Amino acid sequence: MATWRRATCVSRTAETASAVTLELDVEGWPGNLAGQHVDLRLTADDGYTATRSYSLSSPAAAPSTQGGRRRVAVTVQRVADGEVSPYLADDFAVSDEIEVRGPIGEWFVWEPDGTPVTLIAGGSGIVPLVSMVRTRREARSRTPFRLLYSVRTPADRMFRRELAHPGPDDQALDVAFLYTREAPEEAARPVGRIEVADLVSWAWPPDFAPATFVCGPTGFVESVAAMLISLGHDPARIKTERFGPTGV
Amino acid sequence: MPLTPGFRRRARESEHDLPPGQYETRDFPVLSAGPTPRVTTDRWSLDLTAESGEQRSWTWQDLMALPQSTPTVDLHCVTRWSKFGTHWTGVDVDVLLDGVETSASYVTVGSYGGYTTNLPLADLRGGRAWIVHTYEGEPLHPEHGGPARLLVPHLYLWKSAKWVRSITLMAHDRPGFWETLGYHDYGDPWREQRYRGD
Repeated sequence: MATWRRATCVSRTAETASAVTLELDVEGWPGNLAGQHVDLRLTADDGYTATRSYSLSSPAAAPSTQGGRRRVAVTVQRVADGEVSPYLADDFAVSDEIEVRGPIGEWFVWEPDGTPVTLIAGGSGIVPLVSMVRTRREARSRTPFRLLYSVRTPADRMFRRELAHPGPDDQALDVAFLYTREAPEEAARPVGRIEVADLVSWAWPPDFAPATFVCGPTGFVESVAAMLISLGHDPARIKTERFGPTGV
Repeated sequence: MPLTPGFRRRARESEHDLPPGQYETRDFPVLSAGPTPRVTTDRWSLDLTAESGEQRSWTWQDLMALPQSTPTVDLHCVTRWSKFGTHWTGVDVDVLLDGVETSASYVTVGSYGGYTTNLPLADLRGGRAWIVHTYEGEPLHPEHGGPARLLVPHLYLWKSAKWVRSITLMAHDRPGFWETLGYHDYGDPWREQRYRGD
């Protein structure tokens, strides 16, 4: 049966003007892999509940032992007319409680090994991918990682310092920011949506048989996956996670 | 003290009967584990294999020549959206199974792209499952499983395999793609069978 665990918010960190990382202290956390998500259940005073899935931004975690507590983090992007994300982004405060179920998903996950990895994020699709970057760092893995992160403007970058300035434990982590609307002055690439030239420049080539993870809005993922296949990547090595509506 | 103090309902009440934990959407979100396979109708075919080894196969022309049904159904995705009153055209799975000698209890449905899902055979019978190719009067878009997908609306939508390619009748249950990756073996939205163990 469903195991809902009580969790307490222990910190809030603004990532951008519209995204916040919530660190949760979870009772009896069973551990998680990089890239997994959780269901969060909110309960109103009148008993109404709403449940939504959020990707973990924290790294892989071992199970808590002997029923103890363990900290995990989700990063929530506010959806203007949403029911849950505005509450989490604006009102859910340190020491407030919530219910957590998970981790969920055993597909869009990365575990340290030697295979080169390309991560391709559109907007808040960076969240499960940063969990992989952090897991790599904590495991002191030398797995070559290339991250392409497409965002509208510099202000929309989440995990800004961490990704812009990979540290000594991030050897062989290459990050490329692709701006779609407004780029900083030092940007070498003109603004625009991700295109084949970006994948040729920054992603591991098909000959390297990389593991490729693509996460973002549906249109972004569809477009990137189609370009990767046109470049000769094996569809079976491309894992995708899509979110958001589509007009199709 | 209540959990999540200050949280209030904002969603509009649905005029429809929602399974537990679902909310209504009017969009048609897309969820797939990998890239969208692009399958043209001239190279599409559907194979049905019985546990005896007996095989039937339909080309696109064969499928179109079969009697067509026009189900109007509600969709329930495990990611919690439900969509009501969707209109489809396709072939009732009963038509495909007509005259097939089988004592199988389960099926594995396979897709272009390698996806699989498992269901009890009984859930594909009795006018409750179709191979559909038309959505709201238009050819089914590849993102939603075109040219043809299985439609089993009484189960969570991951059972309605997109880009359907094969139906294999089996004596025993064998978990499919999501079923081996933490999701429920059966997936009844009304019993909220989302994840393994629900």
